[in-house]
Amino acid sequence: MNLIFELSQPGHGTEYFPQSDVPEIALPENLLRKSALRLPEVSEVDVSRHYSRLSKQAFGVNSGFYPLGSCTMKYNPRVNERIAALPGFSAVHPLQPADTVKGCREVMDQAKELLCAVTGMDGMTLQPAAGAHGEFVGMLLIKKYFDKRGQQHRKKMLVPDAAHGTNPASAVMAGFDVVNIPSCENGCVDIDALKAALDDNIAGLMLTNPNTVGLFDPNILEITQLVHAAGGLCYYDGANLNAIMGRVRPGDMGFDVVHLNLHKTFSTPHGGGGPGSGPVGCKQALIAFLPHSRMYEPDASEDSIGQVRAFYGNFAIVVRALSYIFSLGADGMREASETAVLNANYLMHQVAKYFPLAFDTICMHEFILTLEKVKQDKGVSALDVAKALLDEGMHPPTMYFPLIVHEALMLEPTETESRDTLDEAAEAFKRISETINSNPERLHESPVTTPIGRPDEVAAARNPVLRYQYE
Amino acid sequence: MNNPESLMYTKSHEWLHRDGDTYEIGITDYAQSELGDIVFINLPNVDDEVVSGEALADVESVKAVSDILSPVSGTVVEVNEELLDAPEKINEAPYHAWIARISSVTDVLETLTSAQYEEFLKQEE
Amino acid sequence: MGSYIPSTKQERQGMLETIGLRTMDDLYADVPASVRLKRLPDAPDGLSELEVVQKMTAMAERNHVFKTILRGAGAYDHYIPAIVDSVTSKEEFSTTYTPYQAEISQGVLQSIFEYQTMICELTGMDVSNASVYDGASAAAEAVMMSVDRKRTKVFSAASVHPDVLATIKTYCWAKDLELHLIPEADGLVDMDALKEALTIETACVYIQQPNFLGLIENASAIGQAVHGAGAKFIMGVNPISLGIMHSPRESGADIAVGEGQPLGLPLSFGGPYLGFMATTKAMMRMMPGRIVGQTRDSRGQRAFVLTLQAREQHIRREKASSNICSNQALCAMRASVYLVAVGPQGLRKAAQLCYSKAHYLAEELCKLPGFKLIYDGAFFNEFVTTLPLPAEKIENALMNRDILAGLPVNEGMLWCVTEKVSKEKLDETVQTIRGVYTK
Repeated sequence: MNLIFELSQPGHGTEYFPQSDVPEIALPENLLRKSALRLPEVSEVDVSRHYSRLSKQAFGVNSGFYPLGSCTMKYNPRVNERIAALPGFSAVHPLQPADTVKGCREVMDQAKELLCAVTGMDGMTLQPAAGAHGEFVGMLLIKKYFDKRGQQHRKKMLVPDAAHGTNPASAVMAGFDVVNIPSCENGCVDIDALKAALDDNIAGLMLTNPNTVGLFDPNILEITQLVHAAGGLCYYDGANLNAIMGRVRPGDMGFDVVHLNLHKTFSTPHGGGGPGSGPVGCKQALIAFLPHSRMYEPDASEDSIGQVRAFYGNFAIVVRALSYIFSLGADGMREASETAVLNANYLMHQVAKYFPLAFDTICMHEFILTLEKVKQDKGVSALDVAKALLDEGMHPPTMYFPLIVHEALMLEPTETESRDTLDEAAEAFKRISETINSNPERLHESPVTTPIGRPDEVAAARNPVLRYQYE
Repeated sequence: MNNPESLMYTKSHEWLHRDGDTYEIGITDYAQSELGDIVFINLPNVDDEVVSGEALADVESVKAVSDILSPVSGTVVEVNEELLDAPEKINEAPYHAWIARISSVTDVLETLTSAQYEEFLKQEE
Repeated sequence: MGSYIPSTKQERQGMLETIGLRTMDDLYADVPASVRLKRLPDAPDGLSELEVVQKMTAMAERNHVFKTILRGAGAYDHYIPAIVDSVTSKEEFSTTYTPYQAEISQGVLQSIFEYQTMICELTGMDVSNASVYDGASAAAEAVMMSVDRKRTKVFSAASVHPDVLATIKTYCWAKDLELHLIPEADGLVDMDALKEALTIETACVYIQQPNFLGLIENASAIGQAVHGAGAKFIMGVNPISLGIMHSPRESGADIAVGEGQPLGLPLSFGGPYLGFMATTKAMMRMMPGRIVGQTRDSRGQRAFVLTLQAREQHIRREKASSNICSNQALCAMRASVYLVAVGPQGLRKAAQLCYSKAHYLAEELCKLPGFKLIYDGAFFNEFVTTLPLPAEKIENALMNRDILAGLPVNEGMLWCVTEKVSKEKLDETVQTIRGVYTK
C-alpha cells in the first residue's frame, strides 16, 4: 500500500482557506522558515481514498470479536459519539467565562459524582488523560499525604510481581522505591510475603482486584487491613473494574485511591491507542491533594499536587462516559459486569476443552490459557496460536501477560458478546487445537489470510526506520 | 559448548578477561542464546564508577530487557561503541563482543573457570 | 434502560447452567459477604437512548457557543476541514486498540508512521513518537528525558503557558528535581539572567515559541546559550506557526514538543488534545511513548510495527523512563488528515492569515484611546494590549455581539486571531469596544 507521501504530486490540493481580507503583512526575514516544508500535496479525493484503504487494514470492535485480555474491548455505543460532537460540547473554549460553560461544569460534576458512587470514593479528578496518567496522579496523592504528615521516609511502594508494568513505572515516576512482592501459585497476594514486606517505610500497595490473572482475591479485606495497620495506603488499579460494578466497590474493599479507565469500563472508544481518560478517586483524607487548574480555580487547595496536563481533562471522553452511565443506570452497570463475568466463565468452559487453563477455577471477567506444555510437546507457542486466530477472523487475546504465567493467552470477552459469538470463538480454538495435533508446523506459518505476514520485528528494532525518507 | 579457557565466568553469565590492570567484560554464549536476537545495548559511560554485582549495561531483545551485572568494582575506561550500531555481534561472536573495559578495580566477584562454568550450566538444566 | 448486551436473561440463565452454576451470585462467591452490594447506591435508573440524547443535549445547551472567538491561550479556534471528521469517525479507526497485532493493523500503524513523518517535517527533528497526552505533559516528559544523574536542575522560561509550567512543576516535584524559572524582560526570556543561571548541573531549558504572551522568542540565541552550558534545549511550539516560522531544529532544539490541537482538533472544553514530541537521533531511545517503525514481513512486503518497545513500561517496569502507554492515536490521526488535506500551501496560508489578521486587529485596537501593545516584540497571532477599560466591561460588550474577548492577563488582555475571523468581525470588535467608552 502506498504511503501518502508517494501519492503526492506538486500543485495538487484543495483550497480550504479564503484570500486574505486584511492587508497581508510579511513575517520579518529573520523569523522565516528556511527549511523546506515537505508535506504531501494531494487532492481531497485522494485523501479520502487513502484513508479508506487504511481503514480496511484495521480491526476494531465493530469488525469482530476482540477478547483482548485486560483491555475491556466492549462495544462503543454510537450515540455517545453523536453527543460528544454536539457544538455545545465540542465548540466550547476551555477558558470561557464560567457562566457560559454551565453545561460543561454540570457534565464534570455529575461524572465525578457517579464515578464516586461506582467506586465508593469521596472525591474524584477528571484531569488524567489515561490510566497510566491516573496511576501517576494516584501515586502523587500518596506522596503528598505522607509529605503533609512529615513521613517522607515512607518510600516503599509494594507491587505484586503479576502487576501491569505501568504500576512500578508510575511509582518510580512519583519518587517511590518499588518493592516487588511474589504472588501465590493461584496468582493472589501471598499474605506471608506481604507481611514480610511491611514495615515503617511502607507508603502503600498497588493492586488490582480482580487481579491480573482474572481472579477476585478473597483475602482482600485482610490485605488492605494489613497495609493500613502498617501505616500505608492502598491503591486500586481500576483496569479490571468491569468485573465488579454494582457488586462490590474498591472503597468498601479498603482502597484509598483508585484510577479508572473510561475507555475500558465506561465504553469510550480506544481510538487505536487513545485518547483515553483516567479519572482518579480518593477517600476524604486525600481530597485536598487532588489536581486542579490554577488558571481556572485560583482558590483551589494550596495542598494540591498541582496540574498534570493543561486544562481539566479529556472532556469529550468524559461526556461519552457520562452518557454511557446514564444509559445503563445502577442496574445496567451491575448487569454489564455480571454478564462480562458470565461470558468469561462460559468461554473459559468451552475453550478449556481444547487448551489448558492457567487457573482452573471460576474466574472474573477474564481468564488465562497457558501453552507451556503445548510448546514443549508440539513446539507451538502462544504467539503461534494468536497468529492462527487472525486467520479465524477474530482479534487474538493478550499474549505473554501477566509475566508470571508462561506462554499465556489472556481472554476477556466483555459483556457485549452473544452466546453465538462465544461459541464461534470456541470452535476456532477447537480447529486450531486439531491442527496442533495433526500438523503443528502449519501454525508457524500463520497468519496466511491477512494483508501482511509476520513482520520482522528484530530488523525493525535493530535498524529503526521511523519516518518516510524523501528521495 | 565452546567457552574459551582463557576467560573467567560468572554465575550470572558474564565473561571477563584480565589484561594487566584492566578487565574486559562481555556476556557468554549461553546468555546470548537465552536472550535471542539482541536489538540494542545500553552501554555505561566512560568514567562511570561501577559496583560489583550491580548493573553495568543492559541488552534489549524485541520483547525483553536484561541487565548485565558487573563482576568487578572499578571505573569504566572504555566501552565498545561498535555494538551500538551492530548489537547482533553479541549474538554472532559473544566472546569477541566485549562490552566495557574496567580499571582501578577494587573488588572482583567469585569467578568460575570455563570447565566450572560448563559444569554450572549442566546443573542449571 | 439502554443495554448493549446482545443476549436475553433466559439465554444467560442457560449459559450459567451450561457451566454448572445456578445464579449470578455463584460467580461472585469470592467477594467477602460484608462488602457485597445488592444494588449500586446513589446511582440513577437507566434511560433509553432518546432520553439520554435529550438529557445530554439539554446540558450542551447550557453552554454558550461563541460565533467568534478571540481567545487562545493554549486552545485555538481554527477551521477544521470536513474530511478530518469523516476520516476519523470511521469505526475501524475509532474502535480499535493499540496496534499490537501488526498483521491486521497495518492501516493504523501506517497512519502513525505517516504522522511521525509529518511531525518530523514540521519540526525539522529526526524522530517523532506516536504522540502523548497533550502539549503540557509532552513538555514535562521532555524535561524528564533530559535529566540524568549529573544534570538534575530544570529550567523553564517564565514566559510559558501557566498550565505547562504547572505540569512541569508537578513532574519535577514527583522526582525531587529542582525547577528554576528564568525571568522575563519585556515579555521575553531575559538573556542575561539565562546565561547567569546555567551551570554544569543544568539538565535542560524549556521555552515556548511563540510564548504565552504571543511574543516570538530569540530562540536561536537561547539555544546557543543552553548548548554552551552542555544542557538540552527544549522548545514548545505552535504547529500552525511552523507553516511560515523557523522550525525548532533551525533554532537548535534538542527536543521539540507542542500542543497539536490547532491541527484539526475541536476545542472540546480542553480535551482530548494532542501532545506531539520529536527529538534528535541521539536522544531517540530516551523518548517515551509508542513508536512505529518500518520493516519487512515474511512475504517480503513493506510492513509497519510498534518498535523500540524495550524502552517501555510493560517490559522495563520500574526501570522504564516513563509510564506512558496510551497515546492519542485518534487525535494524531486528526492532525495527520488535517496536514495531508491542507498540504504545505494550505498550512502556509493558514499561518499567514493568522499573522496578518492578528496584526490588523492589534493595529485597529491601538487606534482606540488608551489601547496599546504592552510589549514591543514581534508576535505571531496572539498579543497583549493594555486595558483602559475594565476587562469585564469589554468582555460583556463583546459577548452581546457573540464575540469571546481576549483573556484578561497581567492587567492587560491577551488577544488571539485565527484565519476563521473575518475583517468584518474584527472591525465589529473594535467598534463594539469603542462603544464602551461612551457608556
